Amino acid sequence: MADKHKKNLSKYTVDLNMPGAFEGETVTRRRFMNVTAQGLGGIAAAAFTLPALGFALGPVFSREPFEWQIIGRPDDFQPLVYSLRVIALVANVGEAGKSTAYIRKRDPAIDVEPEDEYNQIIALTSRCSHLGCPVEWVESASIFACPCHGGVYNFRGIRIDGPPVRPLNRFYTLIRNGYVYLGPMYSVNVEIKRFSNRDPGQPLDGIGQYLYPSRFSTATLPPTTNLPLPPAGIPAG
Amino acid sequence: MPRLPTPPIPKVLQPKPKRPGQNGNGNEHGSGKVSPAEAAQEAGVTVVDWIDERTSLSGGLRWLMFRKVPHGNWFYTLGSATLFAFLSQTITGVFLAMYYRPDATGGAYESMRYIVDDAFLGQFVRGMHKWGASVMVILIFLHMGRTFFFGAYKYPREMTWIIGVVLLILTLAMSFTGYLLPFDDRAYWATIVGVNINGTAPFLGPYISDFLRAGPEFGATTLSRFYAIHMLLVPGLIIALISVHLYLVAKLGITAPPWTKPDEEPELDVAEV
Repeated sequence: MADKHKKNLSKYTVDLNMPGAFEGETVTRRRFMNVTAQGLGGIAAAAFTLPALGFALGPVFSREPFEWQIIGRPDDFQPLVYSLRVIALVANVGEAGKSTAYIRKRDPAIDVEPEDEYNQIIALTSRCSHLGCPVEWVESASIFACPCHGGVYNFRGIRIDGPPVRPLNRFYTLIRNGYVYLGPMYSVNVEIKRFSNRDPGQPLDGIGQYLYPSRFSTATLPPTTNLPLPPAGIPAG
Repeated sequence: MPRLPTPPIPKVLQPKPKRPGQNGNGNEHGSGKVSPAEAAQEAGVTVVDWIDERTSLSGGLRWLMFRKVPHGNWFYTLGSATLFAFLSQTITGVFLAMYYRPDATGGAYESMRYIVDDAFLGQFVRGMHKWGASVMVILIFLHMGRTFFFGAYKYPREMTWIIGVVLLILTLAMSFTGYLLPFDDRAYWATIVGVNINGTAPFLGPYISDFLRAGPEFGATTLSRFYAIHMLLVPGLIIALISVHLYLVAKLGITAPPWTKPDEEPELDVAEV
């Protein structure tokens, strides 16, 4: 049977001298099948690789909700003495999710940073801003000292010696209903200017704040309207 | 280009012609009986032949096992020593995984306590895994030192060196992720410090920390994440790269020590030139 397309062969594939190639055919059928099969294989591979990768990377982009927690009454804290409180940072991991905070009342003579409703009570984390070891308040020397690599901070949590790169992190605090509420952690530079929570080891002064950008996962300031109520049995002060 | 001769089979392994009187040697002087030893040998040969006929493995094995190597010294065993340290880590690790529970609320520590205190030979196997980890890191550095000081990283073995560096990094990743698993105070704080060191990389550091911890803080899935990286992800990569590393060693041959001199100057064949 004569090939009806014989007269108008495709100029794109004429050099291949294929039977049945007709005008308008820009891609040989062999090449088309080849690309299709490999493309389908690629799609099939991506169909399980991409979800798995997203699954593993998900926590980097998801933001955990953080709730205000009660840490005591305003009268429990004094301006010049630190009180230690055990606080819950992460739920459902037992002891590993707890941390400690050093808490005192704001003293305008010492705390020269601008005052607002979130720093009437000063709450410092016990986490060293060098690499995250637990610092300890040394009453006799009036310093925070880190046991790991010798970081030293003054009363306000500002580094005075050793390898730490910025002051101790702080927590938002709020006085409502006669109780002190503790919120999420934030980082500060040497002037106690607030930044979103950075990990230890990341400086915030000078170029540091641009080298270590804010993360997607850090808790934002939760609304101050639906505060958890104090447990029953404790009368409101 | 002249081809190198095929690697020979050592004399002890070469098939020997049978003695007169033995079966199958033409002269049927013997009794014709087959002794059990001969039958067993024949069975073994049959099985090996059956496999070889279908896979052609013997050529590859001969290529891998019967290479000609220069006269080296004991420093040349450091690579195999590292390999054996890795095999030991694999075996002990697989069996430790039968008892270990990656549970951050206290189950991990409890399962470690059970392995060390109660399980039969648990302390021994755990000790092999723990000390073997240090041994492996030390051996890798010694192996690397041998390669460096003997100049064995030079052409054409650069890729073997590069893969070796990646293997070193992966081994350190194994050490880092494995350190958390006992989940005692030392493990917990060392991991906090280690993750924060990762976080000091500019621009990407904060996100790497979040990836390792599965969140902004050390959380419920951090331990299981470290466990999965430690026992599945990195070992798979190490096994794959060791295979390539060994293939390159066999393909390129090993270097002679730098003080080695050629046995004799080869006489140039004028016709070939």
